[in-house]
Order: sequence, then structure tokens, then C-alpha cells
Amino acid sequence: MKSEVKKENSMILQKEMIEGLFNDLANAKANGRKVCYTFVPGNLSELIRTFDMLPVYPEINALQNAMRKKSAAYIKEAEKHAHSEDVCTYVKCDVGMLLKGNIGPTGQKLPEPDVLLLSYTGCFTFMKWFETLKREYPDTTVIMLHTPYQENGKMTPEMTQYMVKQFHEEVIPKMEAVSGIKFDEEKLKKHLELSKESEDWITKIFDTTKHRPSPIDAYFAGVYYIGPINIGFRGTQEAVDYYKALYAEIQERIQLGLGPVTPEGEMSEEKYRLVVEGPPNWTSFREFWKIFYDMGAVIVASSYTKVGGVYDLGWRHNPEKPLESLAEYCMNCYTNLNLPQRVDLLSKCIAEYGADGYVTNSIKSCNSFSAGQLAMMREIEDKLEVPVGFIESDLVDPRYFSYSNIKNRLESYFQMLAQRKMMKELANQPSNT
Amino acid sequence: MLDFKQLIKECKELAFDLNFTRAKRWKEEAPGRVVVGYMPVYFPREVLHAAGALPVAIFGGGDKKQVIRGDAYYQSYICHIPRSTLDIVLDGQTAHFDGYIFPSICDVIRNLSGIFKLNNIGKFIKYMDFPQNFLPEVGGVFYQQEMQHVMHYVQEINNKTVTTADLNHSIALYNKNRQLIERIYEIRQHYPWRMTIEEVYYVLRAGTVIPVEEHNQILEQVCNHIEQNIGEPQDKVKVVISGAFCEQPSIGLIKSIEEAGCYVVDDDYMLGSRMILGDISATTNSPLEAIAHAYIYQSQYSSSIYDVSNPKENRLAEIAKKRGADGVLFASASFCDPSLLDAPIFQKAFDKMGIRYIAFQFSENINQYKVIKEQVGAFSDSIKLWEDESVHIS
Ligand code: SF4
Ligand code: SF4
Repeated sequence: MKSEVKKENSMILQKEMIEGLFNDLANAKANGRKVCYTFVPGNLSELIRTFDMLPVYPEINALQNAMRKKSAAYIKEAEKHAHSEDVCTYVKCDVGMLLKGNIGPTGQKLPEPDVLLLSYTGCFTFMKWFETLKREYPDTTVIMLHTPYQENGKMTPEMTQYMVKQFHEEVIPKMEAVSGIKFDEEKLKKHLELSKESEDWITKIFDTTKHRPSPIDAYFAGVYYIGPINIGFRGTQEAVDYYKALYAEIQERIQLGLGPVTPEGEMSEEKYRLVVEGPPNWTSFREFWKIFYDMGAVIVASSYTKVGGVYDLGWRHNPEKPLESLAEYCMNCYTNLNLPQRVDLLSKCIAEYGADGYVTNSIKSCNSFSAGQLAMMREIEDKLEVPVGFIESDLVDPRYFSYSNIKNRLESYFQMLAQRKMMKELANQPSNT
Repeated sequence: MLDFKQLIKECKELAFDLNFTRAKRWKEEAPGRVVVGYMPVYFPREVLHAAGALPVAIFGGGDKKQVIRGDAYYQSYICHIPRSTLDIVLDGQTAHFDGYIFPSICDVIRNLSGIFKLNNIGKFIKYMDFPQNFLPEVGGVFYQQEMQHVMHYVQEINNKTVTTADLNHSIALYNKNRQLIERIYEIRQHYPWRMTIEEVYYVLRAGTVIPVEEHNQILEQVCNHIEQNIGEPQDKVKVVISGAFCEQPSIGLIKSIEEAGCYVVDDDYMLGSRMILGDISATTNSPLEAIAHAYIYQSQYSSSIYDVSNPKENRLAEIAKKRGADGVLFASASFCDPSLLDAPIFQKAFDKMGIRYIAFQFSENINQYKVIKEQVGAFSDSIKLWEDESVHIS
């Protein structure tokens, strides 16, 4: 590692945006702002903004609590209230936080929801989660937007129509009723225009890993990059400015031939390029990341950074077709793709970004991601002949993060990669005879 | 007519025939017949029947199948049912099946459909997305389109065009099926000693793998039998079981609950066969719409259906009340997210309503249920001790 981490302009911008949002939330009730709890995959940021509401993302609160080492206590609290050990720990962390006074990750009390917008995309747990919250907040309006699964790897017109009808019949009327604001399609279109712009930028940003060395880590740092687009800023000028600034910084790194920035400074040598499937562990995020950067491993693409939307394949919000576009966006989130689509997407990343290997971090309590990961891994191994690695951890439950197990497994994996590399190099050397 | 014991024995054999021999024979009996497997829990079987296909439920392997390959596909923290299902399929035990349907009940089954796709299993694989929108003109229309896809897949195999009359005929047969099943539960509610829950289970599960016409005959015989004044009541409490709606407990566990001092007067085993409450109109010009409306207006509560406009805790309490139950057993398959995520909702509500309950977990292949039996025994004893306190439902 060479230099100390310095705060880049984009980091400052993001920090300000997030602080601003949490401050707005803390003052929401006093300022008469309506609050909408919703989820990241399939988040309808633009629509929420059209109704001038403020978003709360329970899974983001959970992960931030985990990073601040608060999740263990919350999970225990939920388990005291009959929540099973086996289910999604995001839910338990959120319920525990609620039971303990709903103090958000920034230490400020979170406002109660005026509406629970259940854009149910690729994860059944979302549905159960909001059923649970509805019992806690009986006066809250629940809006269900059912997103059909891409069972055949396609978004059909039928599926889109079904969703658009839901917007007309359920989502919009209920949001109008809660917010007291009439739906303004022109306003929505403006937000969508800006979304499209952010999506162009973020695609360009994640595409920079084509360079060698890769100027960014598309998993560990990637989770910060997706922050604004995932938590309610998509569709704003702020997000566009943030991504522009980030892109400019990355360009500078490319010019200087620099690798990714890690919590301990710049990574000096890029030894391995990996694609990672599955969410990261949040309770030991830094330690987890360190295992990789200590080995000179950089993640050139990850599926997790696509949970809030898959833009790699060219899909963009379209202001000309606002509601259709929102529908397609939901259907096109990573966990709403079927397994063959997920395999194809990851294979494309492995090929395009020249990855040496593919690693799955299987999350104990997330069936949406995990059920099927072994089959995907096998398929990718057979199809692309890349070495595959497999580790297990959890999102926000520290009981399920075993540092030594993960480290051992990864070390053996990196040894295998090293051998492969050596053999490849030998095979490429001109023979003396 | 077979005697009752013999009938139950045959049902037991059919229910646990993981080679699905009856379906195979049925297919061979006439050309153009199509066999379609569907994963638990519910699927509108009427549609397949009308299309000339035999719907066959695949409920995993229970304790009858040693899982070998499935474990290589699923991490230890995923419920048991998909792995034993894969073993059954990869071992060729469903080689005579033409297609597979994966109803949208949870993320595990959803992704199982992807594993079937990756492995190119069957002539078609349909993920059946049940609408979570309950407006007939929105979710109802979508549901009809989903059913049409299923008929289309079958038609590609057998070339049969499904008519309104076909659909109405099938609906009528399944109406009869549900009526007869409900009749069994009604009789057992008052005279649970006339037929054990184990026997009910065999009879219902057999119905998921054979033609409905045959099943209706079996059910009629069962009803005739238990309408007679047979058996002797025992000192047992009445309970309802909830949570075992997808992965099924082993027979040993099903049996041991009654042995531990309970009569199970309602349950959600084989929920799919009882998912629609009451009849579906069998005389309309738009039968698909009738099926869709039945799903929207007449579905039983289930962990897989979004429920905020009709909360499940009240519905389960109603069932307990209707059956005169003394308490509820929450039985969840290990790692079953939908069931486990519902548990706190139920338990919190039941604490408030004063309904007695206990909760436990099982997996389809466990045959060590001593602890559960003890728990259930203690539960029934405690109810007997407080006999004069009945279930309060507010
Ligand atoms: S199960 Fe997975 S996708 Fe669903 S809420 Fe939990 S972590 Fe998110
Ligand atoms: S047992 Fe539960 S988690 Fe498993 S497949 Fe069935 S519904 Fe899904």
C-alpha cells in the first residue's frame, strides 16, 4: 500500500447527500413531509420524488447499523420476539431497531412511515417484511407493486402492462391520497431524464475496470458508488453531479496508471482480477475486504452492485414512456433475472473485464441470492473454465462471519489462482528447443 | 369396493411412490397424454386437466429418498425440499414427465426453476407467477394470462385446443374434490377418532398424483366410511397445525402429534388441494376468469400470498374457532423463510387473543421427533389441566 486515503471530492459529495437526507428525515414530521419506506431493488425513487416524499430504506439502515456494530443487539432483540435464527438478518436487524426506538444509523430517530411502498422485486422476504411492519404501524398505507419474475429471460409486453395497470389502479392513487399531491407526469419525466443520465455515468464508471490495473474495486468500493443511485437520489441533479465527479476522479487514476483505493491506501500491485457474486458481509466489511487487497485481488465486477438495477446491457429509464419505464426498471433488477440470465450476465463480466476467477459469497439468510448459486458456479466453471471459489457469510449477523474460515478458504483459492497463472505464463513462454 | 384399511394402504402407496407409477401408467393408457409436474404448494390443476394433462405434485422426497446430488446444489441453510426434488428428477424418476411448473411461493422454488432450466430438464418449464395484486381487472387478468401460457405449453405437445366446456368440466371435477375433502374435515371436526390425521394425509396426498376422477371415488368411499358411527373417542385435545404448507413433515412426525395427545382437526398439509375455499363457477363462458376470481376472492391464507388486506392471524384464529380447537401448533420447515417470517406475526397476535400455541421446526427427512413429541405432549397436558378455559377469539 502506498499512500494514505485522502477524501476525494466525490466522497465529500456523497457524505453531504446522505447527511442531508437523514437530516430531512429527522425533521420530516415537523416540516410536513411524508415518509415512504421502500426497498432498494425496484426502488421507485423518481415516483417518490414526484410526490415530494422522503424515502427510507430499511435494508440500508440494517447494513449501516452492521457497519457501526449495532446489528448484533438488534438481531437478538428480534429473536427474543419469536423471529427465527434462520431468516434474513436484514429483517431482524430492522425489527430490532424498531423495537429499540427506531433510532437510525446516524443516531437520529427515524420518522414513522406514512406509506410502505412494497415494490416487490425478486425477493419474497420483502413481502413478509412489510407485512410485519404493517402490524407495527397499523395506520400506514401499504402499496404493493407486484413485479413479475423474468421467468423466460424476457420482459414481455404483458408483464409491463400488468405493472402499468398497477401504477394506474393502485400505486399512483394511493400515493396521491397519502401525499395530497396530484400526480404530475411532466415532473416524473424530468426525474427520469436525470435518472438516465446517472445510469449512463454509472455504467461508464463500472466499465473502467477494463483497464489494467483496474482503477476501482467494483465490489468493496462499488457498494459506495451505488449508494446515491440506490437510496433515492436517482433522478436528481445531485446524483448526476456526484457521478460526474466520481468519473473524473477515476479518469485521473487511469491516466496515472493507479489501481483501486482501499481503506489503507492505494493497492500497489494488481495480481488477480475477480468477479464476485452475492452481497458482501457488512459486520466485518473492512476485514473482509482486507483479505482481498492484501492478496492483490481486485474485483472487476460484482452482481451485488446490480441489485438496484442492471444497466450494463444498455437498459435505461425512458422519459418518453414513464410508467412503462418504471415497470421495466423493476423487472430488470438483478435478483429478478432468472438463473440463466444471471449466469450470462456474470459470464459477460468475466469475459469483458478479463477476470482470472469467480468467487461466490453465499449469504446464509438470503435465499433470493443464495438458492441456486452453486448451480450457477458450476455452470460458469464449465462454460468459461475459470477457477471458482466459494465462501459463506452473513449480511449483518456477526455470529455467522468466521474470519479464519473465510481467510483459509480464500488463501487456498488464491494459491490455486497463482498456480494457474504460473502455468499459463510457462505455456506462453517461447520454448528453447 | 375396497375395505377402508385396504383403501388407506393403497393411498399410502400412491402418496409415497416417488417413481410416480400411476402417472406413468396413465400416460401409457392413451396416446397424446401429457404429464406435468408441479412443485408445491398450489397450482390451478383444473387448467392442466382441461388441457389433457395430468397434474402431478412433487413434494420432495420426505424420508423416503436419500439426498445425494441435491446437496451439491444447495447450501446447508436452504430448506430440504428443493434438494430432494432435484435428486428425484436427476435420478430419472420423473423421466415420463413432459413439463414442470414452479408456482411462485418463495425464492427457493423460484430459483429451482432456474436450476431446471440450466439443466434442460423437461420439455417445458413454467414459472407460474401468482399475482400479488388482487384487483380482478389487474391481478386477475395477469393470472389468466399465466394460465394461458400453461395451456399453450401443453398444446404444443398434444395439439389439443381447450374449450370452455373442457374447462367447466374440469372445474366441476375439482369442485367435487374440494367438497369431499372438506366433508372429511367436517366429520373429523366432530369425530376425529373415526380417521386419524395420518390416514387423512395419505388420502389427500394420493390425490395429488392420480387423476382427479379416481381421487373423487376414493374420497367418496372415505366419506361413506367415516359417516358411520365408528371408533371410540379418546381423551385428546383438538389442535390446528399451521406452517407445514410446503415441505411436509415425515409420517412419523404427523403420527406422533396425535399420539402425543392431540387430535389434529385442521392443518395446512397439502394446502394446494384445499387452497380455494368453496366452489368455482363451472357454468360460465369465461372459466379462466372464474378460476382467477376464485384465487382472488376465495384463497385460503398462505405464507406465500401477500395478506395485508386480509390478515392471516385473524383467518387462522377463525379456523381454530370454527373447528373448536383448543390450541394451535406452529410447525415450520427448517429454513422455510415464508413460514418462519410469519411466525412472529401469528404468535404476537395469538398472545393478544389468548389462543394457546406452541411452535417447532422440522425437516422432511428427520425421523427423530422425540423432542417435538414431548413438547406436544406437554402442550396437550397443559390444556387438559386448564380445561375450562376455551379458545378466546376477539
Ligand atoms: S432475503 Fe436477500 S434480497 Fe431479500 S431482503 Fe434479505 S438480503 Fe435482501
Ligand atoms: S419449504 Fe418454504 S422455503 Fe422451502 S421451498 Fe417450501 S416454501 Fe420455499
